[in-house]
Amino acid sequence: MTLTTGMKTLAATALTIVALPLMAHAAGEGPQIERQKWSFAGFFGRFDQNQLQRGFQVYKESCAQCHGLSRIDFRNLVQPGGPVFNEDAVKGLAATYEVQDGPNDDGKMFKRPARLSDKIPPPYANEKEARSIHNGAYPPDLSLIARARGLEYHGSVFAHPFHLLKDMVAGYQEGGADYLYALLTGYVEKPADFKMVDGMNYNRAFPGHQISMPPPLLDGAIKTDGKPTYQDGTPATVEQMARDVVAFLSWAGDPKHDERKRMGLLVMLYLLITAVLLYFAKKRIWKSAH
Amino acid sequence: MAAHTDDGTRRDFLVVAANAFAAVGGAAVLWPLIQQMNPDASTQALASIEVDVSPIKEGQAITVMWRGKPVFIRHRTADEITQAAAVDPNQLPDKSARNDALPEKAPASDANRTKAGKAQWLVMVGICTHLGCIPKGQGLSDIKGDYNGWFCVCHGSSYDTAGRIRRGPAPRNLDVPAYDFLSDTMIKIG
Amino acid sequence: MSQHESTYKPGSRLEHWMDERLPLMRMMHGQFVDFPTPRNLNYLWTFGGILTFCLVVQIVTGIVLAMHYIPHAEMAFDSVEKIRRDVNYGWLIRNVHAVGASMFFFAVYIHMARGLYYGSYKAPREVLWILGVLLFLLMMATGFLGYTLPWGQMSFWGVTVITNLFSSLDSIIPGLGTKIVQWLWGGYSVSTVTLNRFFSLHYLLPFVIVGVVALHIWALHVVGQNNPTGLDIKTANDSVPMAPHAVAKDIFGLGVFVILFAWFVFFANPLVTPPHIVPEWYFLPFYAILRAIPSKLGGVIAMFSAILILVFIPWLDTSRVRSARYRPIFKWCLWFFFFSVLALGYLGGKPAEGVYVAWAQFFTVYYFAFFLLIMPIVGVMETPSAMPRSIAESVLGGSGRPTGAAAAPAKH
Repeated sequence: MTLTTGMKTLAATALTIVALPLMAHAAGEGPQIERQKWSFAGFFGRFDQNQLQRGFQVYKESCAQCHGLSRIDFRNLVQPGGPVFNEDAVKGLAATYEVQDGPNDDGKMFKRPARLSDKIPPPYANEKEARSIHNGAYPPDLSLIARARGLEYHGSVFAHPFHLLKDMVAGYQEGGADYLYALLTGYVEKPADFKMVDGMNYNRAFPGHQISMPPPLLDGAIKTDGKPTYQDGTPATVEQMARDVVAFLSWAGDPKHDERKRMGLLVMLYLLITAVLLYFAKKRIWKSAH
Repeated sequence: MAAHTDDGTRRDFLVVAANAFAAVGGAAVLWPLIQQMNPDASTQALASIEVDVSPIKEGQAITVMWRGKPVFIRHRTADEITQAAAVDPNQLPDKSARNDALPEKAPASDANRTKAGKAQWLVMVGICTHLGCIPKGQGLSDIKGDYNGWFCVCHGSSYDTAGRIRRGPAPRNLDVPAYDFLSDTMIKIG
Repeated sequence: MSQHESTYKPGSRLEHWMDERLPLMRMMHGQFVDFPTPRNLNYLWTFGGILTFCLVVQIVTGIVLAMHYIPHAEMAFDSVEKIRRDVNYGWLIRNVHAVGASMFFFAVYIHMARGLYYGSYKAPREVLWILGVLLFLLMMATGFLGYTLPWGQMSFWGVTVITNLFSSLDSIIPGLGTKIVQWLWGGYSVSTVTLNRFFSLHYLLPFVIVGVVALHIWALHVVGQNNPTGLDIKTANDSVPMAPHAVAKDIFGLGVFVILFAWFVFFANPLVTPPHIVPEWYFLPFYAILRAIPSKLGGVIAMFSAILILVFIPWLDTSRVRSARYRPIFKWCLWFFFFSVLALGYLGGKPAEGVYVAWAQFFTVYYFAFFLLIMPIVGVMETPSAMPRSIAESVLGGSGRPTGAAAAPAKH
């Protein structure tokens, strides 16, 4: 082996070491999940403001009764890079919630309408209450759910490192979104021979296929003027609602996403130009060495 | 090896350009490192607050927290306004209005302590200008001092119905923060 | 430091005045400007500078994060989320710090592999190498402590598992391991007390690293840099001055490294919680060794031995030739060793069951056999291939040497 090929091998080797963090996705027990197209995927990806607005509506109508969103403040719904709702509308929405404040001068805690600076109030006082309501199950907070889930790798062990490298080069980060979409659209008829525990629901995408959450998205959950559409006219099918709410939850887990990628573009451009200049400067300096 | 060094190369345009480019990047990195010490988004969200004053009846007062400080909002009676307006600002211990919306030199007249046409509303930071106690006088049954306004029980400073220091060790009138009426009953402080 | 004379010439009167009292500029000039650098260094030699850069980045971003982080079991995770969401550029600074840890280890593994390939551990660089192993250990400790600070599910598990390794000592002296674990925890379970001491040490260790790095660089400048031929600098023709030549190369190498760094910070941040619990990737090879041994104590001993054995390789390697480039048998053994470490890394991320354990055992055996058997034996029995007579010859050609010519990395 010559040194140059040696170095190439070493470089590839080294890159593969970096590839290892995603190895964890490789225990193939869950079903294979198809990757979706997302507006926020990739180098130029951005959240679609309209989709985030629709997604918030779905969250509010279909998820919020059971799942909190505790790391989102009402003000976040107004900020750039998110759903960017009208500020007065969000103020009005916040005022429909009550939050605890205090103590007042008499030392008493009191309730007041929520403001922009408040967190979206959780549906439960604490985890125990949630479990007692839901038969022992705890509907998780959704603020970070899109970051806390991912796809499992299905394929040969030998192809796995290359698969990881490919995802890294492509900047694939939407595993959580893909999984959630598959989960929300994964309520199908159970196979005849599949044994279910009472009170559980069959889901194609859920590891083990038995999930305590009943199908959360139903046709007709969102209606405008009696028709199953959003206010912007988009048909509110289960697939569309799933897509929208997953986009919204992806934003909730990473509200600085757009800013990050926008800045990233400029930084990469700057670094590439600088690297080229440094290369030629180095060549110029080394010319005198020979 | 010294033979390889050629001072000309260091001044070479390419080398200078590369160095300059790298230096600009290095300088740009400082920006986030400095900005991170500024108030964060959650703090900024509380930099101004909106208060609905419609539940405050004449003669009553409430205290709201703003930027970590208590703010007194008082719905003054006609008597209290007359008392406050009757005082000659030149005779006061502190002759400045201490109103964030007005220049330092503005005299401490009652009009300068309130908003035009809203004389019944007095909004002030409720921290005694002596040593930072919270003066009494907000509650209906509170001791209000010799001038019927606020009384600081720590060292006996008496404030009048416009929140101006009249007697005692406090050096300045209570501060009036910048605020605006969004509507007749909605105040935005800060 | 090294024997070579600094060519520093104080210009102004102030410089003269200073030079007679504290010849700092003279020392800096001698060590970092006209220091003779082998002219044939390839880009693998830029990783020393890159690692220094990583250390500075981690310290600067770390100090900033400590301004916002709260070391309390109930509040740590919330404070980290607040950094991501609310602190001005907090998301950026945290990303740089978290990705920076991975980039630091990525760079250190390349740096170590380079040292192994070109025999940088061999005389007279033994102390330099051992200081490097110490730095690696300090980095691992710092990395582990930092990983626990967000106090999420993964951190909690990491603390429990790693600290519990010490309880294996119970099988030597009953109660000893348990006592040590309780001492580490400051209680009978992992708690805020534990988190606080981890935070304190995570803040301290990088400055210890700075100190050892200073010694590492000192040692380097006493013995001089190794190079791809493994030959010593004999004539002035073998070297170039550090500035501007080596510096220009280092900075370009750093520029490319930063592009990769930025890619992970902005676009491919892999810091998504994996579905099941594994340590950070940079621990995986050692984690695989730990799990490859059926006994708990044996696993712990094997894991620590895997790192500590590096201290002894200057004496385990019996070859007179430094660079693997001229060692036809050893070279292949070494490439397979690199492959084994990668394979162990892969297996460390797999569940410890069935065929994975068997493979991990195979590669663990090779890992130790490489150091304990191959290094001493191959060094004695192999015949080195033809070497160039000098560094200059390997770069500029001369009497044609097939290996040397083909291997010449830099065609400046």
